[in-house]
Amino acid sequence: MATDASVIDTDDVLTQAKAWRDAGKGVALATVVTTWGSSPRPVGSQLAVSDAQEMIGSVSGGCIEGAVVTEAQQVIDAGAPKLLDFGVSDEQAWEVGLACGGKVQVFVEKLD
Amino acid sequence: MKSSTLTALLALRSDKVPGVLVTDLGSGAQTLLREDMLGGELTLGAEGEQAASAALREDRSRTVEIEGRKLFFQVYNPPLRLFVVGAVHISQALAPMAAMLGYDVTIVDPRQSFATEARFPNVRMTHDWPDEALARFGPDRRSAIVTLTHDPKLDDPALEGALRSPAFYIGALGSRKTHGLRVERLRQAGFSEDEIGRINGPIGLAIGAKSPAEIALAIMAQVTETLRRGPAPAADRAS
Repeated sequence: MATDASVIDTDDVLTQAKAWRDAGKGVALATVVTTWGSSPRPVGSQLAVSDAQEMIGSVSGGCIEGAVVTEAQQVIDAGAPKLLDFGVSDEQAWEVGLACGGKVQVFVEKLD
Repeated sequence: MKSSTLTALLALRSDKVPGVLVTDLGSGAQTLLREDMLGGELTLGAEGEQAASAALREDRSRTVEIEGRKLFFQVYNPPLRLFVVGAVHISQALAPMAAMLGYDVTIVDPRQSFATEARFPNVRMTHDWPDEALARFGPDRRSAIVTLTHDPKLDDPALEGALRSPAFYIGALGSRKTHGLRVERLRQAGFSEDEIGRINGPIGLAIGAKSPAEIALAIMAQVTETLRRGPAPAADRAS
């Protein structure tokens, strides 16, 4: 059965990533590879990012997506993958982290 | 990720074949292991292959450190399946709700006037008898089966087929009294108490559901609870 367009699953993320790539855009794929404690999205959750600032999917409840998108742009430019660690958010506003108190590790790779 | 890997991954999804994508988190090198074939740029030792099959069996992605390398095993299993016996009003709410939750839905009803494209747009339907349909589709441990017809002629063969399968969830619509009679018939048919205890009846979490959509919600809530937490003790259910 056709899935409602408003509900995004893994297949939609991969399909969209390929569509962006086929359209000649730079694309990075971010995947939650490890979690500790309470974390908003389970291991395997994915976010695809294009160099036109588009994104689909999620790796958290929204708390670290901004930082992941920024890192993803660098991965698209540099080509080498990155393993990012996110922990508990600092009181300081510029420190990116998870309000829920969990920790996640996100792998960001470029789509060749 | 190489574009060939992404293409292979999308093919795996459309073929509905289980697989594991293994990524070396240091170098980014990857290998896609399909249950039906092997191949990729990353060489896995025996330990790596064991971790891949464990991840697949448990349907749980994980990162494992093997010989100094951090490897991420991402499980790509085919979608969960839901077999709905009875193309009734509740099913019209249940089918889109289940699809939204990631289930591949099949409606089973030999009554052609019930199971119509107009009532169930874009939903897979079969007019086979429920026992034949279940035998053909082969529900596995990632399948849920619900019977909603209220008619023993249709529900009973479906439940017998369901009990012979490893489906993770079986539910039957009907009052406590109806369910009591159903349990008696299944006993007569030779099913044990443990086997019959797998059936959630009356179906759904007790949230006071009244409308067809609310009953569908109660059913999918119970299916989700069973998927994520395992089956509730029989004593906690039909009470």
